[in-house]
Amino acid sequence: MSAPARDIRRSAAGPVLSARDLHTWFELRQWGFLRVGSVRAVDGVNFELQAGEAVAFVGESGCGKSSLARTLLGLHQPTRGEVIFEGRSLGTLDARERKTYLARVGFVQQDPYGALPPFMDVRRILHEPLIVHGVRNRAEREKRAREALEEVRLSPPDDFLSKFPHMLSGGQQQRVVIARALILRPAMIIADEPVSMLDASVRVEILQLLRSIQTNHGLTLAFITHDLSTVRHFAERIFVMYAGRIVEQAPVNELLNHPQHPYTQALLGAISDPDPDNALQMREVPPGEPPSLLKPPAGCRFHPRCNRMIPGTCDQEDPPEFEPRNGHHTACWLYR
Amino acid sequence: MASEPLLRVEDLRLHYRSGNGVVRALDGVSFDIRRNEALVVLGESGCGKSTLAKALMRLLPRNVQHFSGNLLVDGVETMGFSEERFRREVRWVRISMVMQAAMNALNPVIRVGEQVAEPLRVHRGWSARQARERTAEVFGLVGISADFLQRYPFELSGGMRQRAVLAMALVTEPDLVIMDEPTSALDVLTQASIMNALKRIKQELGTSFILITHDISTSSEIAERVALMYAGQLVEFADAKDFFGEPAHPYSKLLMASVPRLHQEETPVHIPGQPPNLLDPPEGCRFAERCPSRFDRCDRDPETFRIGNRRTVRCWLHAAGSRV
Repeated sequence: MSAPARDIRRSAAGPVLSARDLHTWFELRQWGFLRVGSVRAVDGVNFELQAGEAVAFVGESGCGKSSLARTLLGLHQPTRGEVIFEGRSLGTLDARERKTYLARVGFVQQDPYGALPPFMDVRRILHEPLIVHGVRNRAEREKRAREALEEVRLSPPDDFLSKFPHMLSGGQQQRVVIARALILRPAMIIADEPVSMLDASVRVEILQLLRSIQTNHGLTLAFITHDLSTVRHFAERIFVMYAGRIVEQAPVNELLNHPQHPYTQALLGAISDPDPDNALQMREVPPGEPPSLLKPPAGCRFHPRCNRMIPGTCDQEDPPEFEPRNGHHTACWLYR
Repeated sequence: MASEPLLRVEDLRLHYRSGNGVVRALDGVSFDIRRNEALVVLGESGCGKSTLAKALMRLLPRNVQHFSGNLLVDGVETMGFSEERFRREVRWVRISMVMQAAMNALNPVIRVGEQVAEPLRVHRGWSARQARERTAEVFGLVGISADFLQRYPFELSGGMRQRAVLAMALVTEPDLVIMDEPTSALDVLTQASIMNALKRIKQELGTSFILITHDISTSSEIAERVALMYAGQLVEFADAKDFFGEPAHPYSKLLMASVPRLHQEETPVHIPGQPPNLLDPPEGCRFAERCPSRFDRCDRDPETFRIGNRRTVRCWLHAAGSRV
């Protein structure tokens, strides 16, 4: 890589980012004032991310993974629990410290075109965060903008600096979004479905780019996705989410080869590799759909769809986390 | 084998007028599909696969500059049909379609059941009651409970809406249903269950399907034949077994290597470069610029060669095969 080495401040010990008993609920009102309940988008999430680690949060739409990302970024106030970054709880930061936090955590959005202001050219888009964070010297800003473009392999930078987002392809737009996330030299990047809006042929390329930037700079990467077939190549650990909770977590190969939670098993069973024999058989799919987050079912949230449900337990008591295999955690009563 | 294919497409061309010139979105595509056969049309975005769907349904935008070729339904040439005759005899009668993102195009203020029954009322002139009964049957087939007939689209999940638009394509019992990216906006489990529904429908009704998608893995759930498009042309047409097992065209090979697989350690490899601009495609092979096996002959437009009985490839590397 041609990019200059960066000074990444690492905390000597302990996780970079952790979530403790994190809840993000959205109040639902009728006619604008009647409280009718809360959508429990994130409902009791715990995890720790180590410095330099790439993890993936995997789940279907509506499982709360994007709300989790936004809570981690401080865009949603947690209803309960806390997010701790480098030893400090986000809730205790004052305005100035929050600004520093946002400079330390880069965000890569799902829809690159929506994430880039259409009236700004690439130069302006990349200068903007630097201006906000007090880089006064124009030449310095320009230098960093060029470096960032080189880093996401939009080179030569001169070809791109004066272009507007609509003049770029989807893959190029996403590279600009990544460059913008990198330009403040963050310690961590949160990427919310960074490739789901892109063409299949570009996806791998963008994921590889993110991964190489992450390893080169020792960044922590939290990668939110619904696509289990790519995570192996771009993350070291997987968290599987269902209905606002993490139901299983393990290192990538461990999870893909020995899924424990019935939901994870169903998810993996539903993914096809391109194999002509697929057409000869039906896939096993759990009945029904994920529950409403307004009134999630009692006990394990997957129990109404689960074929191994233990009556009297799964439908009544919330499963705590068990560790059926070394380093492999799952919230499922089967492993008590 | 010798019987007439359900649909035969010969040298189909569809060019659009645009501000910058003529876009050759579909440039000489030929293939056929039999009864009860599932054909998957693969390709990157912009390769003309959605244009193909529109051309087959003759749902043309206003800026068409050129539309030619032959479209034979059961051996009957339909290109000469007037719009009125095509609508009465082919569209939604023999061939129906699930358009891209159709599930988001349901009318929000009309009950789902009524919308799904509409083709029966319009194309068959059935009474409301008849249509309702038939719609309930088709709902069962695609896996929606009949209670949903009375619901509005916003009360249905994405998966349910997608099933509803599939039901809409099936109510008139067409011989062929064209589906443009039917599952790409859906979750894995929903995708799998819709693919299951398609397999069941194919078995029970003997319907043929053309599935247009860029999702190679999911397409393998139903594919019997595979057509791969590149820059407005068909580059390979083969049995699914051969295509997935041993792709022949260099583009097919690269494409298959770029698919991430769940149980594979190697990182998928992306294909460098970009498809050519269809405003001014290269004169020779359109893939040559990105092709690792290109040679001097590739400056000339490749012919389509036949390999074995069931496969054709548009590539000079296969010039040993017979010409089509």
